[in-house]
Amino acid sequence: MAVVFDHPKSLLDVSTHFCPGCGHGIVHRLVCEVIDEMGIEGDTIGVVPVGCSVMSYNYFGCDVIEAPHGRAPAVATGVKRVNPDKFVFSYQGDGDLAAIGTAETVHVGTRGENIVVIFINNTTYGMTGGQMAPTTLPGQVTQTTPFGRNVETNGYPIRVCEMMATLSGTALAQRVAIDSVPHIREAKKAIRKGFENQKEKRGLSIIEVLSTCPTNWGLSPEESMEFVKDQMIPYYPLGVYKDVTAEEGKKA
Amino acid sequence: MKGNEALAEAAIRAGCKCFFGYPITPQTELSAYMAKRMEKSGGVFLQAESEIAAINMVLGAASTGVRAMTSSSSPGVSLKAEGISYMAGSDLPAVIINVQRGGPGLGSIQPAQSDYYQATHAMGHGDFHILVYAPCSVQEMVDVVMLAFDKADQYRIPVMILADGLLGQMMEPVTFPEPRTELPDKSDWAACGHGGKREHHVINSLYLDAPLLEAKVQERFKRYAVIEETETDAELYCCGDAEIVVTAYGASARVAKSAVTAARRKGIQAGLFRPKTLWPFPKKELCEATKHAKQILDVEMSMGQMVDDVRLATECRLPVAFFGRTGGVIPTPEEVLAEIEKLAGGAE
Amino acid sequence: MEKMQVRFDRCKGCGLCVTACPKKIVALQKEKRNEKGYFTAVCTDQNACISCAMCAMICPDCAIQIEK
Repeated sequence: MAVVFDHPKSLLDVSTHFCPGCGHGIVHRLVCEVIDEMGIEGDTIGVVPVGCSVMSYNYFGCDVIEAPHGRAPAVATGVKRVNPDKFVFSYQGDGDLAAIGTAETVHVGTRGENIVVIFINNTTYGMTGGQMAPTTLPGQVTQTTPFGRNVETNGYPIRVCEMMATLSGTALAQRVAIDSVPHIREAKKAIRKGFENQKEKRGLSIIEVLSTCPTNWGLSPEESMEFVKDQMIPYYPLGVYKDVTAEEGKKA
Repeated sequence: MKGNEALAEAAIRAGCKCFFGYPITPQTELSAYMAKRMEKSGGVFLQAESEIAAINMVLGAASTGVRAMTSSSSPGVSLKAEGISYMAGSDLPAVIINVQRGGPGLGSIQPAQSDYYQATHAMGHGDFHILVYAPCSVQEMVDVVMLAFDKADQYRIPVMILADGLLGQMMEPVTFPEPRTELPDKSDWAACGHGGKREHHVINSLYLDAPLLEAKVQERFKRYAVIEETETDAELYCCGDAEIVVTAYGASARVAKSAVTAARRKGIQAGLFRPKTLWPFPKKELCEATKHAKQILDVEMSMGQMVDDVRLATECRLPVAFFGRTGGVIPTPEEVLAEIEKLAGGAE
Repeated sequence: MEKMQVRFDRCKGCGLCVTACPKKIVALQKEKRNEKGYFTAVCTDQNACISCAMCAMICPDCAIQIEK
């Protein structure tokens, strides 16, 4: 009998600190599957900022740099600019990318920085115990919106892919989810496309992954998947918001 | 050549392969020069969206073993504090230039030295030090850039060059050393892709296990101790028989030197002690310089910050007077001379 | 002839594989807790397993290996 599904090589064989049912574990595996398939682990450098994924340097087999909160895209820019032939990706949470790190996020888009940004949107600050994030849904209860997010006072959640799609340097802005196996397959394809874009020097690829946070949502892993499907996807429609390869196809 | 531009050219010759900047007076010519020269010399120039982004780009580049630099002025350096602390906590070498201006807040654009405390005592959160050089001429700025890159790599720490608007804006003749071609090999720690040949490298400053963090910090402090022992540097001018020793660094040392020379002509036994390293503070050299002194006069372009270290270094054996102008006002030799005469008068 | 193997020490008993399995042959066993104190997933009928690996794909801890 042949093994048809196994632990990716570039994912270190350790148990993770993520909570049971947390989407981070799935996305880590997808990134590593793509790295294995492209055979680029030796030429890849990961940048992980502060958040639940901060300890991903214990999980990614490639070289990893831990960045200050919100600054991973800038750190990744520094890495990529002086190592243009290496593959560079950042793996960030929503608080990191769309709150404190918004400027860095926007500017790797404006510069068309040739990196891949893996953006985990789970509508909360997981590591610090479930505070409101820039992606927390209207009415959603969090540690800092105990009565539900009130858009009058806490503002509206940011749709990052739509925002990034307006930037000329963005080559790929796609939103995926991990709430079901078909969606997980789709997510992997998107991540793969991001790394291929980087190989072809097409500019910034940002893949937004709707993910779960059972612990801070106070839901079971299964209920969390439902929350993604029933609550998040309507507000954050999945799909490709910009894809220069598709446009190339049209032009030719 | 203009100070700011000399700093940039020296960095390129020191093998600096990338510069990440952000416009701020009185330092902007440095970035502009880099924009012209860096690419031609095979390096990377990038103007970041903020000083915060710039220091983090340096962090990224330095993590892969490349010589990296950024420069700014006082308010911009405050924005870099977190990044510098992360780099110290991740044992990353880099050069950061602060062309100081009047502060606090937006302050002024004229030269000042009111970031001394920040640079030498409080550059960011946590127990760490950065080597701080204080040049006082365009030539010395060039020499100190070469030194800064070597020391940063040698000790794997960030190194700061504390200049000011006057040094940055003035022009003086300067000679450049030959461009450095051999750069230290950092493949034992750099995170530039393991190529399947080694364990993966992690550049990190997070240690959730407290005793492990403590051990890490303590190991770093062993390196700091070596630096304190071996890397101090200062210039002593007419201190052999000086009864009044003026302590000053950078631009204010130039003013103090003229005042000391004038005082000597008037028969006052004055001398100048000019630290070239602010951290580590040249304590041995100061004690040497003040062997015969009865009085110390500290002169700075601030409300007095280095004066504390002067008292500490001399363990308050001697009275330490202070004279300073701040906000971007530059003291004149006449003003300093008047202070020396007041002290000399008092002494007779 | 085990097509679906769960790594006992890695499973966190999150149960996502249970719902993902199209054949509904994955369950959380209740006899033994693993080192972390979780009841781990197990395949209740290896013969019925079609090695589609959907359980493995949704597993956040990469704790499932599939053979065909």
